[in-house]
Amino acid sequence: MSDATTSSRIVSKLPSFIRRDPAVATAFACILLLLFLGSLYSENFLSPEYLLQQLKVASFLGIIATGMMLVILLGQIDLSVPWVVTTGAMMACAATSWGGVGDIVSVPFGILCGVGLGLLNGFGVAYLRIPSMIITLATNAVAQGLMVVYSGGFSPRDFASPPMRYLATGFAIPSVPNAVIVWAIVGAGVIFLLTRTTFGRAVYGIGNRERAAYLSGINTRRVVMTAFAISGGLAAFGGVLLAGYASKAAQSMGDAYLLPSIAAVVLGGTNILGGRGTYLGTVAGVILITLLQSILSVMQMPEAGRQIIYGVVIVSMLLLYGRQQASR
Amino acid sequence: MKEWRFWLAEQRGTLLALGIFVLMFTIYLVYHPAIESQGFTTTAVANVSNTAANKAMLLALVAMAQTLVVITAGIDLSVGMIFTLTNCVASWIVVGSPLQTALGVVAVLLIGALCGAINGAIVIYGRLQPIVTTIATGAIYFGIALLLRPFPGGSVNETLADFFTGRFFGVVPASMVTLLVIVLVIWLPFSHSVAGRGAYALGSSEVAAYMSGVPVRRARFVAYTLSGLLAGIGGLYVTFFTYTGEAAYASGNAYTLFSIAAVVLGGVSLYGGTGSAIGAIFGALAFRTIGDLLFVFDFDPLWQPLFQGVVLMLAVSLTAFGLFRVRNRLDWFA
Repeated sequence: MSDATTSSRIVSKLPSFIRRDPAVATAFACILLLLFLGSLYSENFLSPEYLLQQLKVASFLGIIATGMMLVILLGQIDLSVPWVVTTGAMMACAATSWGGVGDIVSVPFGILCGVGLGLLNGFGVAYLRIPSMIITLATNAVAQGLMVVYSGGFSPRDFASPPMRYLATGFAIPSVPNAVIVWAIVGAGVIFLLTRTTFGRAVYGIGNRERAAYLSGINTRRVVMTAFAISGGLAAFGGVLLAGYASKAAQSMGDAYLLPSIAAVVLGGTNILGGRGTYLGTVAGVILITLLQSILSVMQMPEAGRQIIYGVVIVSMLLLYGRQQASR
Repeated sequence: MKEWRFWLAEQRGTLLALGIFVLMFTIYLVYHPAIESQGFTTTAVANVSNTAANKAMLLALVAMAQTLVVITAGIDLSVGMIFTLTNCVASWIVVGSPLQTALGVVAVLLIGALCGAINGAIVIYGRLQPIVTTIATGAIYFGIALLLRPFPGGSVNETLADFFTGRFFGVVPASMVTLLVIVLVIWLPFSHSVAGRGAYALGSSEVAAYMSGVPVRRARFVAYTLSGLLAGIGGLYVTFFTYTGEAAYASGNAYTLFSIAAVVLGGVSLYGGTGSAIGAIFGALAFRTIGDLLFVFDFDPLWQPLFQGVVLMLAVSLTAFGLFRVRNRLDWFA
């Protein structure tokens, strides 16, 4: 008990923005620390080119993590990210075989496939009341199965369409990569959704206690299903951009995004049990993870060391601010 | 209600998994090409069963490991990585003279248990959520595995390996005997101990368990440690099959994901508090058999992942039938 009062006394002395969200402040502090450590290693770390390049790489994870955050805010989880990302990428590339029309619809078509898989998740969670961890796992397996059958077990030969490449690698505003702009638009949309609409309030409400949200007249099942559909769509969108970046889709290209997207959301201070969290935190988490990966690879750390440091950093940062209340 | 009906209600998930497995495995045996050509001879059946048993054994061990954590209402996303790590360790130290080999085996099991204990300690004393904790520790364990085996390789005491993967009296798969021993030595004592009952209690309601004086922390710690130990046994066993160690990210991840599927098929509730490791074993056996059925029917192997996914989806959707029994809509949100 005394522990809590001392810490609350310390907290009350801090500036207001830190007091409101210590997790986000810590995450941003860690970003600055990483940049500082990086700049000791090489001058280039603080150059605008390098930072913009990092933001561009971060934007793929950022878009995927945005969907993941919506689902985590509900107190659920989406483990279908790996193959929804791959499905989005492969289907968008597949659309190019329809000729000129295919080029135009490639991006929406990829996203739509992700929305479909997300609806499947959402229907299972919201209406069939299957634990999200299981149904999203099953959806992942089904998506994998579909893609393996479609591609014959190899990476498909279709290339990314011009719109996909433009979105991922082009420059609509000089020197600002389009991927970053896309992430900014998606982010602005989600912030609006979460803070200015009844849907957003419902998401937080359901995350806190679905029963109470239901009793206050929210159609909780529809909200949950919609959130999963958005998550699926954004994961697929991430895949579309990744395919545009690499100019083609590949088997298991999404595998590297499941754990980082969950980690980014949680590092950003969103409660894994749902109901609490801000989008700013998720942005911080995404940048933090991208910077960490980038610095470790610039230092030519072998993959083994990278994995270990990555795990240690996540655990120690969560121990700093992600702890739950003791059950007393 | 009679005593046996309580027992039946309690074991429903396990029995259902057993039923699915027996059905699937019978179909598998009847249509297996080796048996179709030779008829139902003892050798043919023993051959086919031994191969199937060895494959299913690994998933069964990892699923048991997952069960222990799931019973406490947690989830362990690092089981596959503990499995990979112990595989890599075993490929270094389970070699040489009988004494060295024995020490190596003990060391591998201890490392598995240690990994589980670290997970448990972080969850208990760090008060972090099991899911994010094990994501992070899983990365660490995989990193160490990769450090030990940047490239697949290594070796294992082959006499020992052949003993544990062969057959006793030419009929009984050694792996199934080992599995039985593990159940008798680890699972049954645990589930009847104070810590085991505590794990069930804290899985159904941590607050209530704490208030009734259940040693919540000890129960959770024992569950996580034993979970690591079981995953370690799995890692040891995969070394016995392959004679090598390999730090493969995809396979470690697949074992984690399949273990969750096996646990659910085995009637263990992900909300904690119900189910048994025996159910998870049958869940794992059933899951493996489903995957292999396609080969028996001579389908294109390309369709295997899709078939497995659809079966998994149908199996988990069956739980939705429970909704028809709900009298009060608020019970949807239990």
